[in-house]
Amino acid sequence: MLNRLSTYLYQRPKLVLGLLLGPPLIYFLVVYIGSLLALLVNSFFRLEEFTGLVVREFTLEQYAKLFTSTNLGIFGRTAGMAIAVTIADGIIAFPLAYYIARFASPRMKTYLYIAVTIPLWSSYLVRVYAWKLILAKEGIVSWFFNLFGLQFVLDGILSIPGIGGSSLSLSPIGMFITFCYIWLPYMIVPIQTALERVPKSLLEASSDLGANAAQTFRNVILPLSFPGVVAGSIFTFSLTLGDFIIPQVLGNSRFFIGQAVYSYQGTAGNIPLAAAFTMGPIVIMIAYLLIARKMGAFDAL
Amino acid sequence: MTTSAVRFEQVSRHFGEVKAVDQVDLEIQDGEFFSMLGPSGSGKTTCLRMIAGFDRPTRGTIHLYGQDVSDLPPYERDVNTVFQDYALFPHMTIDENIAYGLMIKGVSKPERRDRVDEMLDLVQLPGFGYRKPSQLSGGQRQRVALARALINHPKVLLLDEPLGALDLKLRQQMQVELKAIQKRVGITFIFVTHDQEEALTMSDRIAVFNLGKIEQVGTPADIYEKPATPFVAGFVGTSNLISGEVAEKLTGSRQMFSVRPEKIHLGLPTDTPGKDMLSIGGVVRDVVYLGLFTRYLVEAEGGIDLVVVEQNLKTTSMDVLTSKGQKVLLFWHKDHISRVGG
Repeated sequence: MLNRLSTYLYQRPKLVLGLLLGPPLIYFLVVYIGSLLALLVNSFFRLEEFTGLVVREFTLEQYAKLFTSTNLGIFGRTAGMAIAVTIADGIIAFPLAYYIARFASPRMKTYLYIAVTIPLWSSYLVRVYAWKLILAKEGIVSWFFNLFGLQFVLDGILSIPGIGGSSLSLSPIGMFITFCYIWLPYMIVPIQTALERVPKSLLEASSDLGANAAQTFRNVILPLSFPGVVAGSIFTFSLTLGDFIIPQVLGNSRFFIGQAVYSYQGTAGNIPLAAAFTMGPIVIMIAYLLIARKMGAFDAL
Repeated sequence: MTTSAVRFEQVSRHFGEVKAVDQVDLEIQDGEFFSMLGPSGSGKTTCLRMIAGFDRPTRGTIHLYGQDVSDLPPYERDVNTVFQDYALFPHMTIDENIAYGLMIKGVSKPERRDRVDEMLDLVQLPGFGYRKPSQLSGGQRQRVALARALINHPKVLLLDEPLGALDLKLRQQMQVELKAIQKRVGITFIFVTHDQEEALTMSDRIAVFNLGKIEQVGTPADIYEKPATPFVAGFVGTSNLISGEVAEKLTGSRQMFSVRPEKIHLGLPTDTPGKDMLSIGGVVRDVVYLGLFTRYLVEAEGGIDLVVVEQNLKTTSMDVLTSKGQKVLLFWHKDHISRVGG
């Protein structure tokens, strides 16, 4: 019986493919794309002011609201933070990934790999609150600066307008530090994977043809690992763009996109505006991917 | 006295306990096609990598045209390498790959263009410049790797088993071409291979490596006709090694010697070999008919096995197969033996 079924399937490879791909594909279409479409549709509705009910009529009212200065500020602030975090993570991750990929012994590689991913095993919330304590006015960072009589340096940093605040935990700088920490593994792993795929002989060839270390990095290592950098940046950028907990726990009272969406769909019950807000990061991400493609990030894939 | 292109002085390279290269002395002349031949793990590739600068000797010094380069990085050495896996940059076009060395040196774009075209002609790939390495066949990539190295006019070109990945036909064609290109550009080629036929075909001189040491250096004819050690006799071609009592009976000395299978004549027991011939009786134990020639395994007096190869000039497969079990007389010229130490 089982043999006959096996033979039956063997003779029909397309049916096998259908059976294998069918369920995830249906899930993907219904749950994933479907909910995105529902979001898109909702963003064209409006809220009746008195009743607080959603009126299902086509309107661009919500999108018009996005272009008020407050909301543009939210977009600008969030995108700016996402870019800053992505760049900082890229700079921190690359040398580490390079060391893991090129120099670490197989044993060391395993340890480092675990070290990089182990924070992901603990709750994200715990880590965020831990950073709140670390960066607090009475926290260890502050204590450390005091210990070396460098309080004035910290005060100087905190007095920078726009990104400063009364303490690290209440400033955009503190938020930036926490974001960088939280998303760092998502940058290290793709870069490391990309670097592992660059054969050593290519580096030797470059050096053989007269290139010093810096020239080899610029002409061979960076272009070939760039898809990994882009993959990592997609994680750090999009995760920062959508996060609403870190801006809430750390930082000042100025909103980020995630917080705006959270508050509009929550207590305010303004689903259409929340939906329209969500379209923002999606558009930003699409633009980001298009730019990345234009820069040739996917050519070496 | 002319300075040699490459000179090794007591060069050793140890990887932990392993002596990959062990106290090697070597001199390679300017303009030579020099092969380093040996089985894998014999140290030939490590020697090449030390000339290129990818590896540094644990002890000893390496000179390039009289200059001690032992501690110079690859990019400060006037040598270029053709890698075993070609190592073409996958994100660059063929043009960009070939021009890489010139780009690094800061050569102007128009001059780069001219020299790249010249190189593409030399390796017979005109018009391929805009393609990516992934769009080329193995043989074509091989040529690009060669062009990329030669465009820099290195004093020495290093080739690390460059033909290993090609099929037999293409390999033979590239052997002829490489040799022709070397004659044309007139620079020193150092060629690493484990293929003895390849080394014999192309080289002016060959160094035979074994276990991190050089067993023998010489012209292809030297290496083949007069192997200096049992290893060389066995690794380059096939050989019969004879020592002890049998050797004493034949040559008057117990010292081991080698004689090539094709040098031995297979005669009838009644034959009388001429003077200067060494002879020994035996019985044919096995016959392998290979079309162009036949290989006989003969058990000779004294209980030693000798391999004899004879061209099938007048015989057919039927003829040779009947010789199994027959008594024969083996004889060869006394100049056709080589003392292999011991």
